[in-house]
Amino acid sequence: MASILRIIAQRLALGLLTLFVVSIVIFTAVNLLPGDFAQAILGQGATPEAIEAIRNDLGLNDPPLTRYMQWLGGAIQGDLGNSFAQANFASFAGTDTGSGLASVASQVAPRFENTMFLAGVTAMIAVPIAVTLGVLAALYRNSIFDRAANVMTLSSISSPEFFMAYVLILFLAVLNPILPSLSNIYEGMDFSERLTKTLLPALTLTLVVTAHMMRMTRAAIINLLASPYIEMARLKGISPMRVIVKHALPNALAPIINVIALNLAYLITGVVVVEVVFVYPGIGQLFVDSVKIRDIPVVQACCLIFAAAYILLNLMADILSIISNPRLRHPK
Amino acid sequence: MSESELLLKVRDLQIEGRSDEIWNPIINGASFDLKKGEVMGLIGESGAGKSTMGLAAMGYTRDGCRISGGTVEFDGIDLVNAPAAVKRSLLGKRIAYVAQSAAASFNPAHRLIDQHTEAPVQHKVSSKSDSEADGIELYRKLRLPNPDEIGFRYPHQVSGGQLQRAMTAMAMACRPDLIIFDEPTTALDVTTQIEVLASIREIVEEFDTAAIYITHDLAVVAQMADKIKVMLKGDEVEEAETREMLSTPKEDYTKSLWAVRSFQRPQKPAVHTSATPVISVQNVTAAYGKVSVLHDVSFDLHEGRTVAVVGESGSGKSTTARCITGLLPPKQGHIEYDGEILPLDYRKRSKTQLRQAQMIYQMADTALNPRKTIGELIGRPVQFYMGLTGKQKRRRVDQLLEEIELEPDTYYSRLPSELSGGQKQRIGIARALAAEPKFIICDEVTSALDQLVAEGILKLLAKLQDELGLTYMFITHDLATVKSIADEVVVMKDGRVVEQGPKHDMFKPPHHAYTDLLLSSVPEMDPDWLTNLLNERGVDNIGDAAVGKM
Amino acid sequence: MSIWLQLIIALVAIAAGGWVFRFVGQKVTKDAPLYRDMPFGVAFGYVLGAALLVWLVSVYYVARTGEPAVANKYFFLRVAIEGFIGFAIIAYYFRLAGIYIGSEGSKKLFRSMPLTASFGIVTIIFYAFLAIFAGQISSLTIIVLAALGVPLCIYARVNFRADAAKSIVGVVSVTLIVFIVMYFVGPLAPYGQEEILGAANVVPGGDPAIGGNPDYPLGTDQIGRDILSRLIYGAQNTVGIAFATTVLAFLIGATLGFLAATIGGWLDQVISRAVDVLMAIPSLIFALLLMTIASVWAPELGIPLTYFMVLIIAVIDSTRVFRLARAVGLNIVVMDYIEAAKLRGEGMGYLIFREILPNATAPLLAEFGLRFCFVFLTIASLSFLGVGIQPPLADWGTMVKDLAQFINFAAFAPPVAAAPLLAAGAIALLTVAVNFVVDWMLHKSSGLKE
Repeated sequence: MASILRIIAQRLALGLLTLFVVSIVIFTAVNLLPGDFAQAILGQGATPEAIEAIRNDLGLNDPPLTRYMQWLGGAIQGDLGNSFAQANFASFAGTDTGSGLASVASQVAPRFENTMFLAGVTAMIAVPIAVTLGVLAALYRNSIFDRAANVMTLSSISSPEFFMAYVLILFLAVLNPILPSLSNIYEGMDFSERLTKTLLPALTLTLVVTAHMMRMTRAAIINLLASPYIEMARLKGISPMRVIVKHALPNALAPIINVIALNLAYLITGVVVVEVVFVYPGIGQLFVDSVKIRDIPVVQACCLIFAAAYILLNLMADILSIISNPRLRHPK
Repeated sequence: MSESELLLKVRDLQIEGRSDEIWNPIINGASFDLKKGEVMGLIGESGAGKSTMGLAAMGYTRDGCRISGGTVEFDGIDLVNAPAAVKRSLLGKRIAYVAQSAAASFNPAHRLIDQHTEAPVQHKVSSKSDSEADGIELYRKLRLPNPDEIGFRYPHQVSGGQLQRAMTAMAMACRPDLIIFDEPTTALDVTTQIEVLASIREIVEEFDTAAIYITHDLAVVAQMADKIKVMLKGDEVEEAETREMLSTPKEDYTKSLWAVRSFQRPQKPAVHTSATPVISVQNVTAAYGKVSVLHDVSFDLHEGRTVAVVGESGSGKSTTARCITGLLPPKQGHIEYDGEILPLDYRKRSKTQLRQAQMIYQMADTALNPRKTIGELIGRPVQFYMGLTGKQKRRRVDQLLEEIELEPDTYYSRLPSELSGGQKQRIGIARALAAEPKFIICDEVTSALDQLVAEGILKLLAKLQDELGLTYMFITHDLATVKSIADEVVVMKDGRVVEQGPKHDMFKPPHHAYTDLLLSSVPEMDPDWLTNLLNERGVDNIGDAAVGKM
Repeated sequence: MSIWLQLIIALVAIAAGGWVFRFVGQKVTKDAPLYRDMPFGVAFGYVLGAALLVWLVSVYYVARTGEPAVANKYFFLRVAIEGFIGFAIIAYYFRLAGIYIGSEGSKKLFRSMPLTASFGIVTIIFYAFLAIFAGQISSLTIIVLAALGVPLCIYARVNFRADAAKSIVGVVSVTLIVFIVMYFVGPLAPYGQEEILGAANVVPGGDPAIGGNPDYPLGTDQIGRDILSRLIYGAQNTVGIAFATTVLAFLIGATLGFLAATIGGWLDQVISRAVDVLMAIPSLIFALLLMTIASVWAPELGIPLTYFMVLIIAVIDSTRVFRLARAVGLNIVVMDYIEAAKLRGEGMGYLIFREILPNATAPLLAEFGLRFCFVFLTIASLSFLGVGIQPPLADWGTMVKDLAQFINFAAFAPPVAAAPLLAAGAIALLTVAVNFVVDWMLHKSSGLKE
């Protein structure tokens, strides 16, 4: 038991270290920008005084290391700095630049919650379907069902998210008005309405993620069913159901958990495009909008959040599959 | 034979396997009978369809295979056409299976005893606690260490030989009428093999269980079976009582199989002690990182001689070869070639030094680049060392192909994948010869080959040695090979040289206890060999051997 | 609610149908093993499949014969069904042609090819054709091709086996003939991709009643460029850029991967750890971040943003290529034939180019297909989000974004709504095609091992 704890501790430390290095990469990348942020924000017509004011506000006059430490220190406490977009607006409005600054955290927080909701709904639909279908495809491999599923999942994986999104809009919103095609979610909405509005983007993500997850589950199970101990169980005259439940499942747990976590990590990239299509007010859309107006602090913050979630999920996959591995749970 | 005694009746069994959407025959009509309590040995080379037939005797086919004709009748029940539920009620309860790799056939997620009790409980033969107690009893009978406790371990916590016995116990759990043993000792070392063989035979006799014992090793089957059936590429060759089969085989194929073991080279005169050895390994100690694997190993190889380095897996045979070639520079000691000290690292050796020592590998598949033609494979060292190009190179390659008895024009532009296993090994030999070396290391060159093919390779190597005066270092775990080709023997264990000397001395007592154990554990073609050996050693001795190994 | 009720009734009916199907099967065949041992789930599956098929056929007939409102409603389903059958027929005939035309090797290949892979290959050829001949090709192209092709043929005849040389000569001559014919036929696109025509905002569909124009079957965009022409040029731009990016990613990734595998030690450690860090950031997110930065740099340096995009995506994707190349390389490096070559005294160059690389081509080729799809989708997504391929270059991702609002016309003017789906479908079709081919290649190579 001690050794398994040590392995987990190692993985955790490694995950934290990766996150730390990633934060450096993101910060450095942003600081590779030429010239002056302030100039870029305000445009060519800005007065030197205004630029200098913004520089001071944003702390751009400090050396990079200091700025990084401040940024990281803030980020750990949930303070992600101030948005440029608000500063920009404020300076044009002629008000004092300082008071117009909006914190990144206040922008990100509600949208982050929305994104988690979308991802949650997707996972609730996708995981059971994908695992069931994957196991079925593995059990009846090379049957008509398996071949059809193979062609369909392959097509679904290959299609860009926005193609799937528009096809779903076409059939479920325009031709058969069952679900709304715009996901204008706001605070204080009641749950069922929120769910209805989230359903179409969630279905789009489900199509993509399910395909991935199902293929990976199928491969994992086929791999497992080929092992000699499954043949041994069959040759002991055990019923097919018991073979699956007692012999396959305990060993399939690790690969399936891995598949699920990896695909949830994949969801993170998927939400960006889907949120834009459905105008879903999540962190992905905020990210894309900020990229377009070059709101560096927000871009930086979103990037860090995405990376953290991604690393966390991969870490979880890793740790869960260690825990569910009998060889590691019962060392020699 | 009366009908009532008959347990298994197989008639004209045909099995097909699917590849590339086409059904190809695997077994073309096999028939046999098995009486209650009778043990039949099923032997043949790889691809003979032994395992497929063993499984078919249980009414089971692997994925991608199907029974296309014939009948399998177990105690009057037609297993080919029986409903799945009927088959399930027989499997595990009246017919049991012992697989080749016990390590892979035990479920890693459950304890041994839980897997043991599964069949009796599921088939409602006995309760869980009764069957558990019975399991411990069986473990004791099979002479597993700590029988009371070993069942509560997980498979990966138990060694290979012990797992194999635990699996035999598991097969016995419902006291079946028939057990199929599918090469149960192939993956084990000789000294372990003997313990498993003895315990299997004992328990099968005790419960009067019928068995089909599948193996490619004649000597093993001679110990186990009442009668033997020989298979070749899906066809049955012949079937007879064990003693009759051993003494008077009828078919040519069977005779050739029997003859393999009789190949032996004439003894060479003793070496002058003053002669400079071709290769001298002097006090070599080596380690992988911090794990030391060789301790003070020394031996000499003299010109025109074959030295066999023998030992079980993990004894350091291959590591010694890596030290000689310079792939693993020794921590201490050195290697001398013709009296001259070689640089320890192969990267520091000159082209001539590299050329003089060549190597032939165990797996010809991985030793030949699959993307190169035979001409390129053999031509490269010819060009690299001898500087021959164009027509001269071609002529030399043709010459080499003739030496290894392959027709140059047919094989020159073929790829390794278009050759059989034995032919590939010959190409490996030709590539070594192309460097015109004095000394060749043969690393288990015959262990991946079928016996007949292996014998061909050994004969070829012997012929080349006579013609070219080569010196061989023969790494092997197979003592039959040693007997047929070696002049001198070096026995290794746990990274040390246990004993060394000329072959005729080594195969005569007295010798070191380990050599004794090793030598006496090699099964012989005498059906009484195992019985005699067990009497000689005494039952307890076997247990000691097991402990000694751990 | 009634929809759910209908669904439940349908499922119950299918379940009952499954039971009847199995029961009848058992009776009629007198307990043949197929029906006797059939689990209920399987019977249910068969009936479910049959029910879906019946539904599709009935919808198809309704769509063909019904009144306009109904026909409009099922227009897309009809197109999908017709398209599916059409593609299947094309794939079937392509495979048939392949079985009878070509060298012995290629014939054998076609015989074992599934329809999906055949469809994939036809589609890839079609896209390549569109991409190359979207605009007028210059006579210089033909001269260059001939100048390269003829020496290649001569070299092949001297150095290769007879049948290999023959197929190379065949491929070269067919390519040349196609180019010469297309030189005279002219560009495939009716207008230039940046050509501004008289009428802006013409609605797709070519129906004058709702603001269309038959001269512009897919309409024109807000500044009056022909959408059909831009769709055809999109093949050239989107596919071409994705291809170039993938090649670049492979050059970087494979080179580093093989070096890491053969040299090992600290070099391997440094590159591998760097790759780990880069791979810890989701690729689309990382690409968006870097594109933001690049969009500031681009005007400063006077280099078009598209070049930056190619470089950024190539670097991000090269990490995946590196992983694979390193893994493949490591698998090969431990082979005995590498040890034999080392012991022979061969140099690093010989080891990498003559021993390792020839054995790595199959997995790398499959990976190239997968990477291409990934790069292509990333570029399409970036363009769709508005930060990818920049105007005035025609590009499918951007077109989907610009045309998206037409989808709301679907209920009364289906051809109008088809325009954005056509652009998105063009992306999907190519990636599906490539994936089908790759899937077949992987299946084949794994099948050979058995």
